[in-house]
Amino acid sequence: MMLPIGHSRTSANVEHDVHGGSRCERAWAVLETVLDPEVPALSIVDLGIVREVIENDDGVLELVLTPTYSGCPATEVIEADALAAIDAADLGPARIVLRRAPAWTTEWISDEGKLKLREYGIAPPAHLTAGDARPMRFVPRHAMTSPACPHCGSARTERLSAFGSTACKSLHRCLDCREPFEYFKPI
Amino acid sequence: MQDSIAIKPDPSVQYLLRIADTCLILAQRLCEWCGHAPVLEEDIAMANIALDLLGQARALLAHVGKLEGAGHDEDQLAFLRSEGDYLNVTLVELPNGADGASSGKRDFAFTVLRNVVMATFLQLLWERLAGSSDVEVAAIAGKAVKEARYHQQHAGEWVVRLADGTDESRRRIEAARDRLWIYTAELFEADAIDERAEASGVGPRWSSLREAWVAEMTALFDEAHLEMPKQSAEVSKFRSTGKIGKHSEHMGFILAEMQYLQRAYPGGVW
Repeated sequence: MMLPIGHSRTSANVEHDVHGGSRCERAWAVLETVLDPEVPALSIVDLGIVREVIENDDGVLELVLTPTYSGCPATEVIEADALAAIDAADLGPARIVLRRAPAWTTEWISDEGKLKLREYGIAPPAHLTAGDARPMRFVPRHAMTSPACPHCGSARTERLSAFGSTACKSLHRCLDCREPFEYFKPI
Repeated sequence: MQDSIAIKPDPSVQYLLRIADTCLILAQRLCEWCGHAPVLEEDIAMANIALDLLGQARALLAHVGKLEGAGHDEDQLAFLRSEGDYLNVTLVELPNGADGASSGKRDFAFTVLRNVVMATFLQLLWERLAGSSDVEVAAIAGKAVKEARYHQQHAGEWVVRLADGTDESRRRIEAARDRLWIYTAELFEADAIDERAEASGVGPRWSSLREAWVAEMTALFDEAHLEMPKQSAEVSKFRSTGKIGKHSEHMGFILAEMQYLQRAYPGGVW
């Protein structure tokens, strides 16, 4: 089963100007500069965490965020950083609205985000396939698929560990350039 | 010293507390591997899995606090209840030690087998909860099911590897199976709390998950060339009773460790 890929983000891939445009457009531009604390190569907009920015009738800017993982320790830091950036740009007052459904998926990482990940040395997530929702599957080590090396591009790589420095990544190594690298797991 | 908070015996709250507490206590047990796992990669894996479980527990506890309407937040619910008000299944509170003693040597085989038993169960439960009549529960489940899936995959791979490894790893995984199996019956006992949840559409009767769970466990055991034990109902009258608040002798110790800070320094925050 394909996981839902709901896209409520309307303006994330559009270039925004911090100084021009409406308050919401300027807010998007500011949020594009807020980096994910665990993967500082990406902004929270690149990651698809920011779902919507809404200007409320009471004058408060609502930043609608969807957390990546249930236990992601960065969630609170991201909320604080987003509010601080909005305040610093004089676009406040603002508040965070947490939206759990639909659940965050790596399908929401922008193409630009995937490019930035590779440049940073992290193999970007592959697209989700029907197989990702299957029950347990047991594959011999030599037959396991492993992503292309983000350093040299070689397809000859192997997985070392299902979990890397964070829950969202696994650890791999390249059999050609011998460099270790992390893979952003599709979810 | 901070007093305990009292929980109203409301079936809809109790149904969700069973799930939240099962995740919470399993997370606490997995954290005990931090710095002690057999290899660094598994140290990281156990901590990451624990973190997911803790996040799931936290989201559910925050929601339970709102449903309960007594002004309890997730921290108070996690740290200030007395033992009988925790409704996790007994299996998750058992120590990581192979011999069942709190002071015993940690056993990785027991841990990964328990993990796959629980992840398989939770994955089936979250799948059903994703269609809950309670939209917040459905939203939490929609995320958690994906996490339970990779917890299951990870633990399942280890069960196969240990069963197919050395004589010692084989002996340990078989011993783990023989020790924990009688606690799995509790997962599928339905009671009035289940009936209410099923009737209101909040979540399934746990007994309805049994068939699918047995099928997935059988597939795993076949892959590992492990003999699937008989259903415990056929071999033993023993029933663990954690989910009705009657726990094993290990629960008090794990709570003492979890609660110490909040009890000693009431209201302490990070």
